Parts: sequence; structure tokens; C-alpha cells
Amino acid sequence: MSYAFPDAGGHFGPYGGMFVPETLMAALTELADEYARAKADPVFQAELDGLLRDYVGRPTPLYFAEGWTQKLGGARIYLKREDLLHTGAHKINNALGQILLAKRLGKTRIIAETGAGQHGVATATVAARFGMECVIYMGAVDMERQYLNVVRMRLLGAEVRPVHAGQATLKEAVNEAMRDWVTNVQGTHYILGSALGSHPFPMIVRDFHRVIGVEARRQILDREGRLPDVLVACVGGGSNSIGLFHPFLEDPSVRMVGVEAGGHGILPGEHAARFQGGRLGVLQGTKTWLLANDDGQIELTHSVSAGLDYAAIGPEHAWLHDQGRVVYRYATDAEALQGFRELSAVEGIIPALESSHALAEVRKLAPGMAKDEIIIVNLSGRGDKDVAQAAKFLLGEDS
Amino acid sequence: MNRIDATFDSLRAIGKRAFVAYVSGGDPDQDRSLEILRALDQAGADVIELGVPFSDPLADGIVNQLAAQRALEAGATLPRMLDLVRRFRAESEKALVLFTYLNPVYTYGFERFHADAAAAGADGVLLLDLPPDEIPRNAELEERPSLRHIRLIAPTTPKERIPLLAGASEGFVYYVSRAGVTGAQTTLAEGIAENVAEIRRHTQVPVAVGFGISTPEQAAEVARAADGVVVGSAIVNIIAENAGAADVAERVLSFVKPLVDAVKSV
Ligand SMILES: Cc1ncc(COP(=O)(O)O)c(C=O)c1O
Repeated sequence: MSYAFPDAGGHFGPYGGMFVPETLMAALTELADEYARAKADPVFQAELDGLLRDYVGRPTPLYFAEGWTQKLGGARIYLKREDLLHTGAHKINNALGQILLAKRLGKTRIIAETGAGQHGVATATVAARFGMECVIYMGAVDMERQYLNVVRMRLLGAEVRPVHAGQATLKEAVNEAMRDWVTNVQGTHYILGSALGSHPFPMIVRDFHRVIGVEARRQILDREGRLPDVLVACVGGGSNSIGLFHPFLEDPSVRMVGVEAGGHGILPGEHAARFQGGRLGVLQGTKTWLLANDDGQIELTHSVSAGLDYAAIGPEHAWLHDQGRVVYRYATDAEALQGFRELSAVEGIIPALESSHALAEVRKLAPGMAKDEIIIVNLSGRGDKDVAQAAKFLLGEDS
Repeated sequence: MNRIDATFDSLRAIGKRAFVAYVSGGDPDQDRSLEILRALDQAGADVIELGVPFSDPLADGIVNQLAAQRALEAGATLPRMLDLVRRFRAESEKALVLFTYLNPVYTYGFERFHADAAAAGADGVLLLDLPPDEIPRNAELEERPSLRHIRLIAPTTPKERIPLLAGASEGFVYYVSRAGVTGAQTTLAEGIAENVAEIRRHTQVPVAVGFGISTPEQAAEVARAADGVVVGSAIVNIIAENAGAADVAERVLSFVKPLVDAVKSV
């Protein structure tokens, strides 16, 4: 099997593409062309690799979670520690790669959307590092529930613009960032934060996160002398998951599970699990699975984790879903919070609420697997940002 | 003959320009939206663009976003907008274009939309987020001849791309005069005449110019360079300011009349 997606127009089978207003077509084409040149340029790769090592902190460890493995009583569980990266989540792999592209394109102003605030922080960080003006769009609801990250972005010199439209979360922040980009496209680069949106973003974002899977593959071969049986990652737009999965796609023995946000359960407006109760459609530049009503209006979503609270899934995931190559499940808010608490207590690692959805799936999977089987779960971020949010739920439950 | 083609043909024959009016369908509600369409007709608009509200209008400025929101809250759906077209068509032969984003149409079914919109009396469609490049790549997006397909050309469109867009345009080409979202502006963008001339080198289809035009002076200036002048947000603004008023349609009429006159004076 040889996996070569997307095609030149950004299509993953029937998904993906460039469904954008004409004003943006030139900028997207320019970005795709410049990316192709950068990818082939050893100087670009060397600069990226050097910064990933010295500034961002790569490679991240692949940690054998011995205590958690014993507790669950089944498969051997490894955590890919993206939580240990500078700024605390995988998002910076992409933010760094894209700002280097922006520099090549001669852009001086950076914009981004953010949900959990992790991508906003990563973008504000690299913008500070490269001396670029930075504006971050964030839903007003997310600003409240991820307030720590709002403060971090401001300290880093970014302007955080609240978005009040609609349900004031990630989707509306993307709309507002796109509007800014349409207006200021000449000097501005939009660092999209997930494997979403119009071509070439899903491809570029994936490629900058592939390092996760490339490292994990080498590390597990070193450590165990064989490939893992199962990979697990949470799926918001789909960047940390595609980064882990992609380098294993041609290893048929490796099963993969993407975990969406089940929120309060699979009822309209109560979750963000696009493969449960979703449909085919076009949103924010791409054709993919999304949550919409019978009139094609985008539905409300809910998740305890701001980073997964989004109505559409990255187009490559839609394709991998159809191929049966990746299986998509979901974890509810309550299950994610159990994972959050368990990893904190057993391993001394406080995970992001997003990553906790993947942990919830591991809790279901591992006990039924043989003791010599191996799971790698992507710990996409650390949970400092979520402590206040979690306290609201967990302490309420404890008292 | 398609009403859009007939309209531009007859205007051309007498050396006049078209006034194209945009409003969000179902804003502030279904019945008053019909009254507003009548007012646009009465004011002398040549083509009406009827926005089908979408929850995530990312190419629109705040005025049109809020209009779509008002309409959705008042119960607007794509089928109800087709119903509005049907009611308007029962009393007028004015050329009418549906202006929206792809997802509502996609969900309704592309082929079914073409059949039902034409049967209701629509003459054309403009989908803001469907570039013609995607059509051959997506079998379900095959366009049907029952509607004219209007394309956008932007100031950021590279010269090499203009032939593709102009060549794929039916009814008229919509030249977006400024990089940005919809919304009234106090000054006109630069280079409109040059860009319209460049587009005309590649197509016989008339060229209308829009985005940011709000005053009779601006409308007249654009009319000197193009075959049609589109005014949207400025009209929608009047609707927003009078959304609670019983006479919102009359106010639209008195706002639009001088704009039409300005275009016709050229
Ligand atoms: C720590 C963390 N993990 C996961 C996600 C979800 O995004 P994606 O699916 O693109 O990895 C986010 C998004 O904000 C995040 O902050």
C-alpha cells in the first residue's frame, strides 16, 4: 500500500479541496508553492530542525507508563510526551514551521485562531521569537474557560481579540481570522492551528506534526524492538492525531483510534463527534464531515475541552475513516475527566483535557488487550491550563 | 431567455448600466422580506441578489452577519427562501440571483437546488465559497443550465487566473472591488476601471462591481467603469436600523431610489 494524499488540489479522495472566497485563492496558491520549495530546501529543514531541538525541546520522550499499565492490567501503555514541549502542547510544531514559511513569504503580520488557547500561545510565542506583529482571535466563551492562556498570549505581546458571534468558541474564531485574512492578505500570514480548512493547510499542518509519529516509531523500535499494536489520539481538527498516525499508515499491523469529543452524549448540540450524527458538507474551506442540521446550518457543539469543541473534522480524517484505516470513537466529558484524574494520580502527569479524551479510550481498550501488546497514546498537551476548569467539575463531584 | 441575460442585453441596447441590489432573505422576517423585494423592484433595481442566510458567513462583514442571524432567528431556511422567490416571482419579472455559501445548497442537494430554484423563479446563483476549480473535481457539484452561475473576481486574483474565471462566468462577472469582507466603505477602492477593462478582454459577459459601495456618488463613479453596480451592506444597514419598524420597506425604497438614479444618470 502506498499512501500519497492529498493530490495537487488538496483532495483526500472526495474530501478536502479549496472552498474559499476568490480573494484568498492567490494567497493559498502562493503558500502551497512556497511550501513545496521550502520542503525541498535543506536550509529551511535545517533551520526548522535546529529550532525544534533547541527552542521547542524535541525529541519528546516516549514514556512507559508503568503504574498506569499495571492499574489497567492489560496492554503496555506508552505516552508520547508532547506535553513537555515549550508552551505545553504539540501546537508549537506547526506554529514554528508556519512562521518560517511566513518569513520566506515576506509577511510581517501573523494572525491565528485559538480554542483552548494552546495554538494561540504557540503562535504568540513564535511571533515574539521572530519579531512579528500578532493578532489572535478567540471566542469569548473560550477566553473565559482558558483564561490562563489569554494572559500568556498577552504577555507574549499578542493582541487577543474576543469573538462574540454565534456560540463564541473555536468555529467563530476561525471565521473571524478568515475575515481578517481576506482583508489583510497582502502582508499577513494566517497560521491555521489544526489540520483543517482549505488546502494547503491540512497538508502543511500534518507535515509539521509528522515529527511526532516519526520519533515515536523510532523510539518504540529502540525500546521494544517492534511496532505498536494500537495508536490512540484525540481529534479536534485533527493535528496531533494525524501527526502521530501518518508515519504508521503503511504499517498494516498498527491499528489506530481517533477519539472525538462526546460531550454530554450524542444528541444534537451536546457533543463534537463528527462521525456520530455528522454529515458530509463544506465549512471554512474544506469538504468534510461536520455537524449541521437538515438546512445545512452548522450545529452548536459542546465539549468540556475547548480544543475539541469544533463542528468539522480535518478532511484527511474523513478519508481515513472511509478507508477504515483509522477507527473513530468518542469519549464523553465525564469519561475524559476520569482519564484526567487517573493519569494525574497514577503517573504524576496532569494532562490537557483534550488529551484526556484519548486517555479515556485507553482506559477502555487496554484492559481487554494482552499484556505483551503495546499502545502508544499521544499526550498532546499538559493540563495546567485546565486546572480551574477541572476543579469546577471534579471538586464539585468530590464534595 | 434568462432574465439576467435579457436585463443586461436591453440595458446595453440603450447604453445604460444595471443597478444590482443585495439583501439578506428573510430579514427581518419572511413577510417584510417580500415587501423589501417589492421596494427594490419599485425603486428600479435591475437585478436583485437574495442572500440565503448561512450560520457561518465568513466572507461577510458584521452588517451582513447580523442580517443572516436575524433571518435565521426568524426561521429562514433554504426552502423558505425558495418560497420567498416564488411569491415574488408571482408578481414580478425582475432578474433574481441567489447569493449564499455552499453548505446550505450542498445539504439541500446541488441538483435538486438547481431544479427547485429555477422552478421557483430564480435566474442565477452565486456561491461565495465555490471556486470553479472545484467543480470538475467533485461529481456532485455538476452545474445545471437552469441557473446562471455568477463568479467572483477579486483584486488579488492573478492576471493568469482571470481567463478561467471570466470564461466560467454566466449572467455577469462579479468583480469584488476590494480585498475584504462585505461592508459599506467611505472611499472607493483604486483601480476599478483598469481591472474591469482587463476582465472584459476575456469575456463578453457583463461585469458588475461591488463590495463597499454605499453612496449615489460612488455608485455613479463605478457605473462609468462597469456594466453594473452592486450595493449590499448599505441597504442591509437600513433594514437593520429599521428592523422593528412597520415601514422598513418604504425606508429601503427611499434609500435605494437615489442610488438607482445615480447609476441611471451615467
Ligand atoms: C493539548 C491539545 N490537544 C489537542 C487539541 C486538539 O486539536 P488537534 O485535533 O488539532 O490536535 C488541542 C487544541 O487546542 C490541544 O490544545
